[in-house]
Order: sequence, then structure tokens, then C-alpha cells
Amino acid sequence: MRWPDRLAAVSGALLLLAVLVPMGLMLWSLLAQGSGVLSVDFLLEDPSQAGRAGGIAALLISTGWILAVCLLVAVPLGLGCALYLSEQVPAGTRRAQWLGGVLDMLAAVPSIVYGLFGYQFFAISLGLGFSILSGGLALALMVLPLMIRSAEQALRAVPFSYRQAGEALSISRWGWVKRILIPQAAPGIAVGIILSIGRALAETAVLLFTAGYVLRRPDSVMDSGRALSVHIYDLAMNVPGGMPRAAATGLVLVAILVILNLLVRRWLRPAQGVLY
Amino acid sequence: MMPPSLELQGVCVHYGNQAAIEQASLTVGGGELMALVGPSGCGKSSLLGSINRMTDSIPGCRVSGRVLLGSEVVSARHDSATLRRQIGMVFQQPNPFPLSIIDNLRFPLSEHGVPRRERDGRAEQALRAVGLWEEVKGRLHQSALGLSAGQQQRLCIARALVLQPRVLLLDEPCSALDPVSSKVVEELIVSLKGRYTLLMVTHNLAQARRIADSVTVCWMQEGCGCVVESNGCRQVFEHPSHPITAAYCAGEAG
Amino acid sequence: MLTTSSPPRADRLLSWGLRLAGAAAVLVLGGIVLVLLMQSAPFLLDHGSDLWRNDWQPGQARYGMAAMVAGSIVVSVLALLLAGPLAVLLAAWLRYFAPALRRPMLALVELMAGIPSVVYGLWGMLVLVPWINQWAPPGASWLAASLVLALMILPLALLVTDTALGQLPVRYLQAGQALSLSRVGMLRRVLLPQAGPAIVSGLVLQFGRALGETMAVLMVAGNVVQWPGSLFDPVRTLTANIALEMAYATGDHRVALFASGLLLLLVTALLLLLSWRLRGEKHALA
Repeated sequence: MRWPDRLAAVSGALLLLAVLVPMGLMLWSLLAQGSGVLSVDFLLEDPSQAGRAGGIAALLISTGWILAVCLLVAVPLGLGCALYLSEQVPAGTRRAQWLGGVLDMLAAVPSIVYGLFGYQFFAISLGLGFSILSGGLALALMVLPLMIRSAEQALRAVPFSYRQAGEALSISRWGWVKRILIPQAAPGIAVGIILSIGRALAETAVLLFTAGYVLRRPDSVMDSGRALSVHIYDLAMNVPGGMPRAAATGLVLVAILVILNLLVRRWLRPAQGVLY
Repeated sequence: MMPPSLELQGVCVHYGNQAAIEQASLTVGGGELMALVGPSGCGKSSLLGSINRMTDSIPGCRVSGRVLLGSEVVSARHDSATLRRQIGMVFQQPNPFPLSIIDNLRFPLSEHGVPRRERDGRAEQALRAVGLWEEVKGRLHQSALGLSAGQQQRLCIARALVLQPRVLLLDEPCSALDPVSSKVVEELIVSLKGRYTLLMVTHNLAQARRIADSVTVCWMQEGCGCVVESNGCRQVFEHPSHPITAAYCAGEAG
Repeated sequence: MLTTSSPPRADRLLSWGLRLAGAAAVLVLGGIVLVLLMQSAPFLLDHGSDLWRNDWQPGQARYGMAAMVAGSIVVSVLALLLAGPLAVLLAAWLRYFAPALRRPMLALVELMAGIPSVVYGLWGMLVLVPWINQWAPPGASWLAASLVLALMILPLALLVTDTALGQLPVRYLQAGQALSLSRVGMLRRVLLPQAGPAIVSGLVLQFGRALGETMAVLMVAGNVVQWPGSLFDPVRTLTANIALEMAYATGDHRVALFASGLLLLLVTALLLLLSWRLRGEKHALA
């Protein structure tokens, strides 16, 4: 009776290798291509020759601005929506189910569709053109479902006993939210913000037709700016000889994401926890 | 000034189609302590929650009947905030806010519009009333969650008292505490008699016998709770008029 | 005697602010659908049936997308066939045969899930495509795209399965242990079937993700508009098409691309509804 289990144990290990080996190869190939170019200067210099030479300073700046616009819109809006859900929509009601459905739908929309929408609505209809503003706004819409879900989870997790005590004392809704609910849920909300940052950094398709491609440092949010992820794509596909720097940029991006992941894991989430 | 009496007339609590308790009537004399006893599930906590309208926030919950404070019918009033200032509540599980000890008391005061200069005075008054002042006066700014369970419960009582209610509703305030803390809280409740009108749900018949002035016995009938007998404490325990009361008290008394 | 309670005005403002925020999510979804519809409606009404022909030559006003629809489908189906069983078996193995490895592996998998698609695409270009090129030029092909996509959807498929297995009542496993049944047998006859709906629902969602993926596929699929014949043929997906041609498309061409975006949106929505139905969830929309 034991042999199926023993066989399964071994085959499982093989399956594990089937996953780990490609991942290892991926990391190795990036390192092989890009480590030669990676240095502190790489982070501090601006790109030249269409990115074939130089560093990624301008891109780090552009990415930072796009991220800032994105968070400035997505965090308040997401938190507000999550508060609406936790305070005015009891779990399990029809409205909760409908809103949950809408959020799931938004989360499932392909990023290129967000890009199309952003292009048509922000760049053209609102006249923002190819700009950091367009890109940031489109990105904000993309991370909104994630932000709302994380924040909602954190808010609903605040112990019911506090709420009961507040009710019995007729604490106002605003007082409750300000003094008890948000401070208690703050770590979970912070996790949501970090997850949203990670998601935003990884996105490319949304930015192609909203933030544009321009390689130099942006002067304002109305300027076009190139994000790190778009840079990787451009160097890899459109610039001959751009591979080493594409790989190096990839390493930088992955490193940032790993740090964010560790931050969430170590400081803010004590036990298990799955992103989705 | 004597606190008002609390009277319930024919109060019914329904959750959707399910009746929790029907036609509950009782009268707590001003300044007296009434014990609400009966087996689990016969709607005692629901009844308590209907008095200060905690039931308002439960979806699908309907309450009918009248609640009177003294001679005033309070159940018809729409403003639950004012009601909850007059009728305070203490829960089974101590639930202080995750704030400092002093902020636990300042927060409700600021919410209810008490001017800043009065708040600390009222907080100290409330803490003295529950016997906590000497124990915590040196650490008012430490988190309330660092107190022992018994101290937390006394803090919760202080928090309810800080709004200067006339009536106090207590839902098994001692059952989550160890025997020593339980005794301290019980003595505190006794000391509140005369200044407040108290209605206390309890499973502990010995406790009811010890400290209550009057007792209301609840029972389950046809899947729904009801009031079986409501009388002075000695009456209920020594000369019960209802056979259920006799059986219940005999089974658990002593 | 206390006077008034805390200003109800603040509460009312808060209530309304929150209600607006709550409406935001609905507005965004509505906005996306509306914009896409508005952009593609006139085109759809005129050329609707053309889209299903295999004849994509925008220069000559031919907008048959069939080849690219096929490209999207075959790339995603193969990716699911590769990643799905692997994810399920691996998740089961980690839970019941190598529990010590489970936490670290799940941590690694979470990390994998966060890696940008361009990085996966980059790896595909650096390693996979040249490798395939050795056996069957040109290397950038249906197979390359599916392999990269499989690696991308594996992490979430694994996490979904793990969660689904974790939600099974403990008593099943206990009963099996008490009767000294093999874990393989338990998995095959009881655990996996019980978790089945939840797992399949998750896989359907991942299939949707694969269909919607743009960058990685763009970088390794070859992007030739042709009907996918063999695994080694270069193909172009609907998503890659939008990314490649939007930059210079005008007039009807542009509108055709929007129409393809609308198609993607619709398919995604349908797959989502399917996944809800499978999970047996009582969503008001399903």
C-alpha cells in the first residue's frame, strides 16, 4: 500500500525541479547578460544612444513620478471604497456581492485593455497626451481592485468587540473610523499599498500608450516618461545591442520587487498570507 | 436624585422570521438591581440589546413593544445617541478600545461634546467609582490592553459610567473572569446600586440570589423565549409562583 | 448634563464621501466598457462579420482577425495544459508529501507571481528562443510563447490549489489515516475531487490571464499573422497585435484594434462568470 506514496514522493520532487530549473535558468541568464553592466553608475547615469549605453537614472525618476501619480489617486480612492464596503455594506448582502463582482471583473480585465482605455480617455479625450499623468492615472485604475481588496480585508479584520463597544457608547462614525478603525487596520492597509506598488512597477502594457516612450528626464507630469518595464521591452525588442542593459534593468526591477516582498513579509504580515 | 425605573412592556425581538423573545414585560425599580436569568438561547441578550437599540445595527432585526425610563417612553424616540447616553452597556467579554487607559475614557467624552477641560475630571471620577483610580493613576497613558481581564472589565464599566447614564445594562459581566476578579466586579456592581438602575443578565443563580433586588426568569417555549416570572428576589427563590421557576431555581440553587 | 453628540455633519460628509468612493469602482468598469464600445461600435456595425475571416491586411482595409484569435487561443490552451496539471500536482505534493518545503516554496512562488511579464519575456528571448531555434528555426513561436506563459500562470495556479486543498475539512484526511489509506489514493478519490470545483475555477481564471497577457507573448511568439500550423510556427496573438499596431494605426485600422480589445474584454468577463459558476458562488451577476 505504500508504494504509490513512495512513487508520488519522488515524482513530486521531479516536478519541483521542473519549476525550479527554469526559474534558476532565468535568473542566471539575466545575471550573465546584465551583471557586466550593473554598477552604481548604472543607477546614476542617464541613458544615451537610445539606451544602448549609459544608465537608467532618467528612467528611475520617470518611474517614480508615474508611481507617485498612481498612488496619489489609487490609495485615497481605494481606501475610501474599502471603507464604504466595511462600514456601509455588511458582508453577504446583495450589494456586497455585486460590488465584489465588479471588483473581481476589474481585476480580471487584461492590462492592454486598460491601456486602450487610458489612451482613449486620458490621452485623447481629456487631452493629457502621452504623459506621466496619463500613465499614472491609467495605472491607478489598474491597481485599484488590488488596493480595495487588501484594504477591505484589513478593515473587516478589526475585532467586532471594538465595534460593539463603540456602538454602545454611540461613538460617531467619523470618530470610530479616525481613532479606532484606521489605526488598527493600518498595517494591513500598508500591505495593500506595497502590493499595489509592486503591481504597478511590473506593468508595461498599460503604459505603452499612455506614458509614452521618451527617454530623457521629465520636467513635469505633463511630459512623457518611460517606466523601467517599458525600457526593458524597448531595449530588448527595438534596440540592437540593447540586451545587456535590458537584462541589467530587469535585475534592478526584480531586486526592487524582492525588497518590497520581504518588507511585506517581515514587517507587516506576521504569518502566512497569499496575495490574491 | 433617584435614578428612574426601567420598564419593558410587551417587548418582542425578531430576527427575520425567527422570534428570539416575545412579549417580555418587566419593571426594574429606580436604583435597584434586577437579575435576568434563564437557560441559554431564550433571548436574554437580545432583550438587553433591544433596550439601548443595539439591535438597530443587526440587519433584519425587528423590535416591537415599549420601553419606559421612569414615565417617559424612550422606545419611540429616534435618536439612539441620546438614548445610549442615558442607558449604558457592559459586555460579557471586556472590550476596552486599543487606546491608552485615559483615552478610553476621553474618547467617548469628546465624541459626546464634553469640553476638553472637563474630560480628565470626569475620567478620574469614573475610575474612582469603579475602584481603579489607585491602581492605574500612575500609568494612565499605557495601553488599556495591558490590564488584567478584571481590570479591563472595570475599565469598561468606568467607560460606560463616564457618560453619566441613569441606567446600566450588564450582559453577564463576570462570566469571562476568574473567581477573584469576578468577586471584585460583583462588589463593584453592588456599590452602584442606588445611584444607577441596573439590569444584569446572568447564568449564575447564586450570584443573582446574593446581589439582586428582583429577578426575571426567562424560558424557551415553542422555540422562542418568553418571560415566565418577574418578582422580588426573595419571592422568586423562596415562593416561586411558576412551576418552571421552581424547577429551574431548585436545580441550580445553592 | 451632556449637550449634543459629535457633529453629525462630519458623519454625513463621511457617509457621502464613502458612497462616492464606492461608486468609483462601478464607474471605472462602466467607463471601460463604454469607451471601448463607443470606439468600436460604428466599425462593428459595418464590418462586423469581416472580423472572423483570416485576412488581416489593414493597409488594404481587410480586418479579418481569425488568425490572431486562433493564435491567442492555442498559445493559452497549451500554456494551461502545461501549467495546470503541474501546479495541481505540485501543490498536492507540497501539502501532503513535503510539508517542510511548503512554506519556503509558497514564498518563492509568491515572488514569482510578482515578477514583471517583460522579465519573463526577456528570459524567453535570451534562453528559450535560441534554444528552440537550434531544433526548429526561427525559435520565436507558439511553443516558446506557451512555455513562457506556462511559467507565468504556474505560481497563481499553485497558490489557488493550495488554498483549495487547505479549505478541505480535516476529517477526510483523518479518516484516511485511521484506515491506513495511501495518500495517493486519498488524493485521487477524495481530496482532489472535493477540491475540484475550486481548483478548476482558479485554473479558468488563469486561462483568462494567459489570454490577456501581452508583453511576454509579444517578445517570444514571433508575431507573424498566420494561422497556427505547427508548434514551431511564429504566431501573433490579439493582445500582441494591439500593442504592435496601435502606435501607427489610424481610422478604421485603429477602430478595428479597439474592437479586438472589446472582444478580449468580453471573453475575460465570460471566463470570470464561468469561474464563479464553478465555484458555486452566489454572485448576483452570475
